[in-house]
Parts: sequence; structure tokens; C-alpha cells
Amino acid sequence: MISFRSVGKTYPGGTHAVAGIDLDIPAGKLTVFVGPSGCGKTTCLRMINRMVEPSTGTVAIDGVDVRDTHAAQLRRGIGYVLQNVGLFPHRTVLDNIATVPVLNGVGRRRARARAAELLERVGLSPEVARRYPAQLSGGQQQRVGVARALAADPPILLMDEPFSAVDPVVRAQLQDEMVRLQAELGKTVVFVTHDIDEALHLGDLIVVFAPGGRIAQVAEPATLLAAPADDFVADFVGHDRGYRALSFADAGPLPMVQAPTVDFASAVAAAHADGQVGEYDDVLGAGRGLPRWALLVDDRGHPQGWLDRAGLVAGRPLTRDDIRLGGTLIRPGGSLRSALDASLSSPSGAGVAVDADGRLIGTVSAQAVLAAIERSRAAAASPEAEGPVVGFADSDTVRAVGEAR
Amino acid sequence: MIGDIWAWLTTSAHWTGSDGIWQRTEEHVEYTLIAVAVAAVIALPIGALIGHTGRGTGLVAGTADALRALPSLGLLVMLALWALGHLPVGIALQTASIAVLALLAIPPMLTSTYAGVAAVDPAARDAAEGMGMSGGQVLLRVELPIAVPLLFSGLRSAYLQAVATATIAAFVSLGGLGRYVIDGLAQHDYPKMAGGALLVAVLAVLGDRILAVVGHFAASAGLTSRRRLWANASPYRSSYPTASLSETQPEVVNAARQ
Repeated sequence: MISFRSVGKTYPGGTHAVAGIDLDIPAGKLTVFVGPSGCGKTTCLRMINRMVEPSTGTVAIDGVDVRDTHAAQLRRGIGYVLQNVGLFPHRTVLDNIATVPVLNGVGRRRARARAAELLERVGLSPEVARRYPAQLSGGQQQRVGVARALAADPPILLMDEPFSAVDPVVRAQLQDEMVRLQAELGKTVVFVTHDIDEALHLGDLIVVFAPGGRIAQVAEPATLLAAPADDFVADFVGHDRGYRALSFADAGPLPMVQAPTVDFASAVAAAHADGQVGEYDDVLGAGRGLPRWALLVDDRGHPQGWLDRAGLVAGRPLTRDDIRLGGTLIRPGGSLRSALDASLSSPSGAGVAVDADGRLIGTVSAQAVLAAIERSRAAAASPEAEGPVVGFADSDTVRAVGEAR
Repeated sequence: MIGDIWAWLTTSAHWTGSDGIWQRTEEHVEYTLIAVAVAAVIALPIGALIGHTGRGTGLVAGTADALRALPSLGLLVMLALWALGHLPVGIALQTASIAVLALLAIPPMLTSTYAGVAAVDPAARDAAEGMGMSGGQVLLRVELPIAVPLLFSGLRSAYLQAVATATIAAFVSLGGLGRYVIDGLAQHDYPKMAGGALLVAVLAVLGDRILAVVGHFAASAGLTSRRRLWANASPYRSSYPTASLSETQPEVVNAARQ
């Protein structure tokens, strides 16, 4: 456990970066510091590994004041991931990862072997081991940064806006990866971000910082959405709060409809049979009064995209334009939010549900998801509702969230 | 004129003996290398320290500019006169010459070392500290290795400065290729004078190229363009699973048609 006791930081100019904070960060959980810029969250993070010394109060790890340990020694036992990664450009990926073990006196060979394992763990191919940072994409660099922080297997991991410099697609990947990694490793992670969505997605516990370096609220994600402590938090959590609360509501069983599917291989074959109108027609059913949208499925049963029959002209070969990609997928254990999004983002209006292996189960309309949301709210409103019901008796949404958790 | 210079350079008698081109070149290189080495011993640690701490940057700029503005010939005469009063003649003149050359070689090395260390990505420095490196380890394991390309560019400037100015050693009756320039002028032997100047130029270019190549290999491949040689050879495609409705599939469709 990391504890802050009346911790304050005043910079020489008289600026209060942090104003008397008391906070307990639980061991083995991912705690997110979130808040607008300049409210002291990074300062607090850096107090844990003594990159910043508090002006007042103490920071302790498992009851031991961090100032009792030599700074360099302390830092080697705490993983540190920075926003700008800060990889060493003159060292290969493998040697970057091996930095701390080598500092600790582990032999270079053993340190590199361990680094190679970590490379795999953070989802990088072994080929990148001998590359230099300049040859990696932003996302790859950040993965290396995480691997480097994990190299000495520290119990604590500090992450300072680690994913804010990469594009949204890669960021989402990295966030998912982080969730997976944390599930495997169970480190005490302190994660700084200004992105409330990221905080809600990753955090077991969220600490909301307010301007002036004070803490506005410490709560679990669902509680934060359902019961913001004050106007500042409510405002910071932002619009779409009700919609976002659906992220924490399990979609449960949804009524599935079997959408018309087209086998991917036969679609390709049909497309290949240029000019043989009959065969092409049979498979793709252009202009034969079939439903407009058919789901293309490959030979393993994985959905590939929607085929728009309205756009097909008999005899014209299949083109990229006939297949509508996109649309998120409903995965097992997904939330009501992801189910709703999948149906809303699908070109055909039906969300595609897949099983754990990515195989098609069926499709769900937005209406069906809305009905499920209504049921979930109704269940929460009834007195026998199970699960923790969160405050605010006059808000249905709040109850729904509480129940769904 | 060019023919005369060529004739002077290709006369084999000019190459041998105690006043031969080989001998003079050797002296010239010797003055240059000693001066650059002395300058490096002074400039590297100071530049590295200032770059690392960020303190005394004004001092670097001021000192470097002041040293650049030194009139080398006047300084040489002054130092030589002073040294002659304290040391045996041969050593006095050589010490004075090398001191002047070293003073000229210090500014480029000092500024480039400082700049190279100071220019290290603050994130890399922050990461190094945050991972538990001591100040010295940050300097030796991160900052200086990253500064190598700039260190070498400073070294090259210093070498050029020293090798060109080493001609003035002949002014205080020492050797080096400057002998030909000064003697040629005194004897109105212009081919000899121009030949000497040409040899200095050749030495300058040659040494610079050698240092450039050494610097290229001394720097980590991660910092130089060497990586481009093999970066494109094996483009890494993320084996990371992307969304299932993958964009590569329509290409399969198109490929199958062809």
C-alpha cells in the first residue's frame, strides 16, 4: 500500500502544486489519478519514486517513508513509464528493456534473456528485439517502455500519461493490453491521465484531482459515474454520463437474430467467376429481393463485413465498395454500452455478436439492446435488486448501474 | 604556376631528408594531434558537466567566443617569449605552439560537447533517473553516448582549426608544413609556398574524412543513418490482432480475382 499523509508541494514561486493530500493507494490494484492539467497528479505520482520531494507530509510504501530509502535504490524497485516513453535512442530494444536489471548487477546475458520474455509479454514480436527506438512506431515504443518498467519485476508500477501520445486506435489497443497485463501481473499500478474515459476503462480505483492540487473524489468507476461527489467531479466526468455508465452494466443474454450470411470463400469465388452471371447471382443474390444486407463470414465463421446487395449489379465483379467494414463487435461478457454501440455503428443497423473465438453468434438490433437496458433499470428499481445499490435514491440510472455491477 | 607547384611536389628530393615533406608532415600531424588531445582533455569534461547540470551555460558561450577571438600569432609570440624565460628553447617553443593550438581547439569541442549533452531528450534523462541511475550513470550511460555524433562534429572542427593553424609553429622556427609557407615567402619561392599550403589542405581534408568515418562507427547505429540500411529490409508488421472486421480482407477478394 502506498500512503500519502498531509502531503503538500509548494514551488519556490509560491505555487501550490499539491495542497495537503491524504490518500491510500491499495496494493495490487490499478489506481488512476485523473484531473485537468496542472492539478498536481503527476507531481503526486513522482513523489512516490522521489522524482519530486514533498514540501510537507510523508509518502510511505508499506509503512516505510520513501525518504528512508536511497533515491536510486528506491527507483530501481519501482517501474516507471513516461508519456514520452524516453527510450534510450542509442540502445537496442532489448538493451533498453534490460536497463534496470543491468543496473542491479544482473549479467547482461541473463538480463537480455529476461528482456526477450518481456517483449513477448507486452505483445511485441521477437524481431523488434534488435531494433533501435527510432525504428519503432509510437505504439511499439510505448510497449517497450512498459516492458522496460517491468524488467526488474517491481511490485509497483508508475505510469505517467503513458498512452496520450499515440493515436486513438493504438491507444485503445494499449489500454486493452494494459487491462490484460494487469490481470496477469496484479501489480500496484498508479496511472496518471487527463482522459476520464481512459480512467474509467482502466481503473479499479479513481482519484479525481481538482485544480489547486486537492483531491475531489476517490471512488470506483461505477460510483464515480453514478454519484459524483460535487459539481466539479460531475462536470469533469462530463456529458454522456448515463450512456457511459452502461459500460459497467453487463449486457447479459441478448435476443439474437440470425442475419443472412454469405460464405466468404464463395463470395470470392463468385467474384472470381467474372461474367458468369448465373453463379454470381446465386451466391450473392443481386436484385432477387433478398434482404439488403448480408454478413460475409469466412471459413472459420468469423464475420468479415457487411455485403450491401443494393449496390450489386449482376455480372459486375465484387469490389471493395460492396463490403461495408466497421461496426464494433459484441463480445462475450461485453457491456450494454458496447452492445448498443455495436448495433448503432453497424451499417445494417444490427450489431454483430461473436463468441470468445471471434465466431459469429448472431446479430442484435439497437431496439433489442434498448429493451435490455430498460429491463436492467427496472430490475434495479425493484427492492429485491441484488448487488450494491449506490446512493441517490431518486435516480434510476444510478440504481441501474449499481445493480449491473 | 600550377605546373610549377606540381613540379615542386613531384621532385623526389623534396620528400626526403630532415626538411623533406614526410618529415614536415609528421611534425605537423604531431603538433595537431597533441594540441587536439590536450584540448579534448580540458573541453570534454567541462562541456559534459555543464551540459549535464545545465549550470554555467553562459560561461561556455563567453569563454568559447573569447577564445575564438584570440589573435593566434600574437598569442604565440607572447607565450613563446614568456616560455623562453622559463624553459629550454626547444621545449619552450613547442609548448607555446601547442598551447596556442589547444586554445583554438577548445571552443568547438566545448560547445559541441555541451550542446550534445544538453540536447538529449529530457524524457530519456527523466527515464534514466526514474529507473534509478545516479547522476554519473545518467551522464556516462545515457547522455554522452547519445551525444557522440555531436562530440565528433566538435572534434572535427577542432582538428580543422588546429591543423590549419599549426602552420604558425614555423613562425617560431619550429617544423611542420608551415615551414614551406614561411620559407617560400622569404625566398620568393612561390611554388614551394603554394605546395606547402596545398599539403596542409590535403591533410585537413584527409583527417576530417577519417574522423567522420570513425565518428560514424563510434556512434550507436540507433543514432546514425546506418540503421536505414537494414531498417527497410525486414519491415515489421505488427502481429498484434486488430479488429475482426479487418481491412485486409477486401484485398484478398481483389487478389483472388487477378
